[in-house]
Parts: sequence; C-alpha cells; structure tokens
Amino acid sequence: MTLIDHLPVFLIAIPILASLLILVAGWWDRRFCYPISLVTILSQFGAAVIILMQVMREGTVRYYLGGWAPPLGIELAIDSFNGFILATILLLSVATVIYARKSVEHEIGPEKTIAFYVLFQLLVTGLVGMTITGDIFNLYVFLEISSIAAYALIASARKPRSYLASFNYLILGSIAGGFILIGTGNLYAATGALNMLDIARLLPASFELATVHAGFLFLVIGYSIKAAFFPLHIWLPDAYAESPSAVTILISTVMSKVSVYALFRIIFTIFTTAYIVDVFPVTGFILFIATVAMIAGAVIAIAQSDLKRMLAYSSISQIGYIMFALGVANQIALEGGILHILGHAVMKGCLFMVAGLIIYRVGTSRLSDLGGIAKVMPISCAAFALAGASMIGIPPTIGFMSKYYLVLGALEAGHWVYAAILLLGSLLAVGYIWRFIEIAYFRDGHDEGSGARTLEAPASMLAPMVALALLCLLLGIFVEGLMEIVGPAASLLLGGA
Amino acid sequence: MGDLNLLPVVAIAVPLLASVLILLVGRYENIREGVTITAAVAMLGAVLAMLPSVLSGTRITVSLLPMVPGGDFALRVDAFGMVFALTAAVLWLLNSFYAIGYMRAQREHAQTRFYFCFAVAIAAAVGIAFSENLLTLFIFYEILTIITYPLVVHIETPEAMKAGRKYLAYLLIGGVFLLAALVLTYVLTGTTTFVPGGFLAGSGSAIVLQVLFLLFMVGFVKAAWMPLHGWLPAAMIAPTPVSAFLHAVAVVTAGVFGIVRIAGWVYGMDLMASLGLGTLLALIASFTIITASLFALTEDNLKLRLAYSTVSQLSYILLGVSMLSVAGMTGAMVHIPIHAFLKITLFFVAGAIIVSTGKEYISEMKGIGRNMPVTALMFAAAAIGICGLPPLSGIISKIYLAVGAVEGGMPVLLLVLIASAVLNAAYFFPVIYTMMLERPDDEASLVTVSEPPLIMLIPIILTVAISILIFFYPAMPFMDLIDIAIAEITGSVIP
Repeated sequence: MTLIDHLPVFLIAIPILASLLILVAGWWDRRFCYPISLVTILSQFGAAVIILMQVMREGTVRYYLGGWAPPLGIELAIDSFNGFILATILLLSVATVIYARKSVEHEIGPEKTIAFYVLFQLLVTGLVGMTITGDIFNLYVFLEISSIAAYALIASARKPRSYLASFNYLILGSIAGGFILIGTGNLYAATGALNMLDIARLLPASFELATVHAGFLFLVIGYSIKAAFFPLHIWLPDAYAESPSAVTILISTVMSKVSVYALFRIIFTIFTTAYIVDVFPVTGFILFIATVAMIAGAVIAIAQSDLKRMLAYSSISQIGYIMFALGVANQIALEGGILHILGHAVMKGCLFMVAGLIIYRVGTSRLSDLGGIAKVMPISCAAFALAGASMIGIPPTIGFMSKYYLVLGALEAGHWVYAAILLLGSLLAVGYIWRFIEIAYFRDGHDEGSGARTLEAPASMLAPMVALALLCLLLGIFVEGLMEIVGPAASLLLGGA
Repeated sequence: MGDLNLLPVVAIAVPLLASVLILLVGRYENIREGVTITAAVAMLGAVLAMLPSVLSGTRITVSLLPMVPGGDFALRVDAFGMVFALTAAVLWLLNSFYAIGYMRAQREHAQTRFYFCFAVAIAAAVGIAFSENLLTLFIFYEILTIITYPLVVHIETPEAMKAGRKYLAYLLIGGVFLLAALVLTYVLTGTTTFVPGGFLAGSGSAIVLQVLFLLFMVGFVKAAWMPLHGWLPAAMIAPTPVSAFLHAVAVVTAGVFGIVRIAGWVYGMDLMASLGLGTLLALIASFTIITASLFALTEDNLKLRLAYSTVSQLSYILLGVSMLSVAGMTGAMVHIPIHAFLKITLFFVAGAIIVSTGKEYISEMKGIGRNMPVTALMFAAAAIGICGLPPLSGIISKIYLAVGAVEGGMPVLLLVLIASAVLNAAYFFPVIYTMMLERPDDEASLVTVSEPPLIMLIPIILTVAISILIFFYPAMPFMDLIDIAIAEITGSVIP
C-alpha cells in the first residue's frame, strides 16, 4: 500500500494529533495554535479533494482500520455521496478557521484561544469521522466526540445565555444520543452486524420485525434532533444565536449538515428505499413535516428582531428543503437535496460571517441598531445581499439551482401541491432577507461621518466571507460540474451503481 | 461566423463590465458617466453589427453553459429578439444622456448605485431579448426584478420603501409563477427551447395547457395587465429616467415580450386558437385597455397618468397577440418599439418639467409651454403619436391591429380600439391644452422657468424624430425584422 491509500485514516488521525499538538504548543506560546489548526484543516481539505477525485475515477474507497476487515474491524468507506459531503464540510472548515482567528480574539478572549482551537479541532475530527465511517456504531462514537466539543464551544461565549443554550443543547443532544444508541442496538440485535453494508444486506430478512421498526424510529428521531429537523429544533435558535460567531458558523454549516448526512445514510443506505417506501411507508410523512418546516422556520425567522436569531430560524426552514428531497425520494429531488447541503452550507456560512463581522464592528446584531450599516460596511452588506439572493433562490445562484431540482423532482413524482407550496414558500425567505437589506441600505443610523473610518474589518475575516459569497454565484453558474458528483451520489442513495 | 457568435455575448457583457467599472470609479463623476456612455455606444454597436445577418434571416445561437435539465444557459439572436434589443440599445444611449442631465440637475444622492443598477438592468433586458430558452429568459427576468428594486426605492423615503415592497412582492411572486410554468413545460415536453411556431402541441390535455398559460400570464406580470398592474404606478416614485426607460420600456417590454414569445414560440398560434386562449387574452387585454385609460383620466400626477397610459398601451400588444392572425401579431410586435419611443418621450418631458419647475401635477403646469416651448411641443407630438395620428409612428400599429381584428374574426375588438383612441385623446389633450394654452395662475412664478439643459432636451427631440422616421420608413429595420419573425412562427417563407 502506498501512502495515498492511507489517506482516509489520515483524515481522522491527523486532526486528533493536531489537537494534542495545539494543546502542548499553545502552552508554550499561544500564537502557535492558529497556524497548526489552519495547516491541519487545509491538509485535510486537500486529502478530501484527492479522495473525492479518486472516488469519481475508481469508485468507492474502502479502508480497513488496522487491516481488520469487517465484520471484525471498522471500515472507512468513501463513495461519491460522502466524498462530496466531506469536501463540503472541510471547505467550510477552512473558511471558518481563517475567519475564526480575529473573531475568537475578540469574542472569546486571548486566554481561551488554546481551548478554543483544541475543541475546534476535536469537533472537526468528530464530524469528519461521522462522514467517512462505514460502521454504524463508530458513527455514534464520532457523533458524541463532536457533540461534546460543540457543547463546550457554545458555552465558550461565557455569557449567561450561552451557558443556558449549551445546557439546553446538552440535554437534547444527550437524548438524541441515547435514541441513536438504542436504535443502533436494535439493528445489531436484528442482524448481528454493525458494518453498514452488512446491515443493509442482512436487514431485508428481518424487515417485518418490530425490533427493526423501533430501531428505525429511534435512529431517525435521534438524528433528526441533531439535524434540528422541525419540530425537534428547539435547541437550535439559542445555540446558534448565543455562541461565538466562529462557532455559530461551524455548527450551522458543518455540524447540522453532517447530521443530515447521517440521516440520509441511514435511511437510504442501511434501510434502503424498499423499506421506507413499501415496508414502513414514511416518505409521505417526512415530506409533509419538511414542508411545514420550510414554512414555519421562515415565518418565525421573519418575526425575529436579532440578526443571528433570524438566520438561525432560517436554518430550520432550509433544513426543511433538504428533508423535502428525502421525502420525495427520487433521483432529481435527491440531487437537489444533496446540492442544497452544499449550497446552504455556503450561503448560511457567508450570512453568519456577515453577522459575526457586524458584531465585531458594531458590537450588536440587533436589527434595530443596524440602520444604514451598509454605508459603513459596504463589502459585508454586498456579501449579505448576494448570499441572501441565493437563499431566496434568485437565479443564477446555487440556491436557485437546488430549488429548481427540488421542484422538478416533486413534479416528476406527482407531488403537485408540494411543488407549489415549495415555490411559494421560498418567497418567505424574501421576508427575512429583505428586512435586513432594507435596514442596512435604506435606513438612517450609521453614517460615514460617525466613528473612525477604518477598513470594515480585518482582511482575514473579510476574505473567507467574500469567497463564500462569490461561491454562491459561481457554484450556481457552473452547477453542471457539481452535478457530475451529485448525480452519481443521488443514484447511489437510490440503490444504483 | 466565429466573430458573429461572440456579438450577443458582447452585447450583454459590455453593460455588465461597465457596471463593475462604475462601482470602481464611482467617486469620479465624469469618468463614471463616461463609462456609462461608452458602454451604451459599445452595446449599440454590438447590436447593430448583428442586424445585417439577422435581417438576412440568420439566427445566431450561442450555447454558453450547460446548467440544469430544462435548458442550458444559451443565447439566440432572432428577428423578434432583435426588435426588443435594438429598441433597448438605442434608448439606453439616449436615456443615459438624459439621466446625466436629470440626476445632476436634481442633485440626486447615491448616483453611483443608480448607474450601477441601470447598467445591470439593461444587460438583463438584452439578455431577455436574446434568450434561447425559457430557463435563460427566466434567469435574466429575475435579475431584472432584483436590480431595479434599488432604483425604485432610490429616494429612500418611507413611501418609497413601501412602494418598493409592493414592487418586489408583485414581481417576485410573478417570478415564482414563471418558474412553475417553466418547470411544468419541461415536465410536459422535456425541453424549454423556443421553437418558431411552438412546441407544446400534443404534450398535455387542454386543461393542463390552459392552466400552464395562466401560469405564464401571471409569471409575466411585468406586462402590467389588469388587475395585476399595481406595481407599475407604485414604481413611479423612482427618479424619472428610471420611470422613462425601465418602467416604460425595458421592464414592461420584458413582460409583453415574454407573452409574445410564449404565444409564438412555445404555444404557436394554432394551439392558442384551439385552446381558446385568444379569447381569454382578448378579454384581459380589452379590460386593461379601457380600465387603465379611465384610471389615467382621473390622475392629476403627470407621471402616474403616463403610467396608466403605459398599462393601457401594453395591452395593445396583448390584444394583437389575442387576435391570433398575422396582422394582429405584426401589430403587436411593431407596437413594442413604437410605444417605447413615444412613451419615453412623454416621460422625458415629465422629468424635464420636474427639473425646470419642480412641478409634478398637471393642474400646476398651466402655461409652462410659453417658457418651455420645445419641451411642450415634443410632449404634444408624442401624445398625438400615442393617440394614433400621423405623422407619428403610433398609427402603424393601430392599422395592423384593426386589420388583425377583422382578419382574426373578432371585429368587436375594433370597438375597443376606437374607444381606446377616444380615451387616449381624452387624457392627453387636456394636458396639452393646460401646458400650451392655459394662462398660469401666477405669471410671476414662471419667470425663472426655462427649457431644460440641452443634454436632456436633445434626447427628447431625438426620440420624437425617430418616431417620425418610423412613420415614414417603417420597413427599416423594424418592419423587416417583424416580417421575418412572423414568417418564422407561421412557417411561411422568410421574405
């Protein structure tokens, strides 16, 4: 085996080692933390891209940890679906870590930077592990690693409300973890296997067992809590709004997406469409709830008075779009859903970065205090406008493309009413995006005269934000290239090659 | 042919590039305006360079990017698209000069934003004209909606913000309907590429195709047909160059252009007739023509009266389509440039009066023709043109429409045309009378009033001159282009 064959395990091993290294090096000198973290995540991203290219060329990459083949050992399996997710989350992680440097100094305080980077690294480790593992128990282990890191990171804003948010998430996250563990146990009881492919092979024989039904529900509900799928989202608004900006960006873009990924993986790879359509028909119900989530999340977002909280509720709505794809469960809709995992990560990452920059400059994210902010922070507000247009689904942004696929998929599946609701519901995003645009651009408050006229923020915070905003547009324009990965990923989920 | 294929891209890229430059050089006013003018000239050049080959019956197709199932991002220059693009390109140049005069005279704020949005808007309008399929058209259509919003709310007062919300609500909801129609078209036929004579026939039951047409109609809410016209009067709060160019030409024409495209290149006239859609369209159009004219009668604000006149005149185009005959379709298509050149003149004059006197209400304009004789004369000329009197171009489309009404077997539509002509006269002649003949209430107040600066006056004169030219030489180039377009959709030999 050459070095390149070991890349999958490096994806997990390197960040764990790096988190220890950060701890030691940071103890020596705090300034070492950031470069180590950046280099680690950049190299992970590089590895992810190489693996993705390999997957697209040669098919699924399988790696047996320690050389132990399943069912004894743990397998890392990367196919076009999780290869795509892997590249997505590491791309966002790179953007976040670059952004985090100044933001962390400002919001968390220099004395806690070491802890921040260690936890950040662990969070990324857990999420990458969840994405690439081929073992359902291993999935749970990585989930807990990432969750514990996330609880601590949310509390690191060290405000009373962030403690509460973290505790709230801890309780619900633990319930979710418990559910997932029980569900995993049920599947093990029914099949005697933990490897995902093995379970998928053995499960059809026991499709009718109550144990399997219960296991399915435990797993789906558990991961739905983690993914903040309406109405199991109640931890999300506080967790997003009260944590430090860099943490918000990471958990809103990367963490929620990985939970959605796990949900897709369990439903389509382990249980397969045969189960969710014929044996335990649940797609119609998911479609209905997803549609409610799209509408409810957006309506509540419109009612918010705080920018970060508004974006948090928008996430609940957007998760609904992704779950909509799961509910329709045909090729085109799934393409739209997978595309939206990337699209929403990019645009919501950008929007939260803008919110973070505003907090950095103005010290608040209350909408009523942000009148005329565009005059002081033109680049940030332009980025918001662009990412916001993508959120609404204005062509040719990436947000439009995924919406288009979702509508097309729904129509092809004969869900006329849902397609119509999705189309009209997408306009609700105008309600909350435009509120900020109106306030920022057309209301008085901040003038060029008031305050020192400096650059709007450090370049290390502006650059990732602008890059993500441009990505919203570029990914949309060159969507055809993405579809070459997303298309196979969707057919893989549906049981094709 | 290689160079020719680049030209449609150039025509769209030039204003986009200009918009970026405008942002970059925004603080140097003269350079910024230089960029606008240069881009307008360059775009006009690119459009004119394509004219000969389009007139020879060639269609220039450029496929730029594969995008989603349902259409690539692709451009096609055909005769009908050329009518719109040429109108827009000529008027953008004239309007740019006018806008510079207007914006500077009024000392408007945020002029960089204004010119930036304007340049993107014209790129989107030309993009609509040159779209090869529904998807591309939709993309430009939505961009046009978003980018004109900052222009509508330019003055940033609470009323403007309210109008802006109304504008956005109408147009974005319309956009959603258009998207629904686009997706449905793709599901039914597997394509959205425009085909002369239509491609929908036989792809669905009558009721599905009728519903689809309704989706398209609501989608093209930019055509401002009643009762979905509310956004257009609301948009009049924008600076006059915006009302003149975008809300009398580019944006509204995008709407009617879309409907004509749908009728001729998606449905086809035969299918429209067999589905009874002509009758539906005729009802909508007749209702709009008459009702909007009545609204215009009661409106004292000159820009609003012109806006209702626009609503009414746009439905002439729909009326022409609804006749589903060659003459009707010709009248519809030729009314696009004719109305554009006439109506922009009227708006230009309204803006000139605002600049010279600050007056917006007709009742305050008594006797201003004494101090602004050329401006008032141009207003009178364009108004007469819209009423359909020679020697201005308005009569050309009226004749075609009248012939089309008979040819299409709907002579009752003649009554609509006659009633409308009477109403046109009824809401325009009093304005002319007030301006030219009435005595001002307060002679002293008019002493300081004079003609607007030449940079505004010359575009006004030129648009009238072009309207007269169209009357005397209708063939070059508009009628020739339209003959080709009609031949395409009826399947006859291209002349």
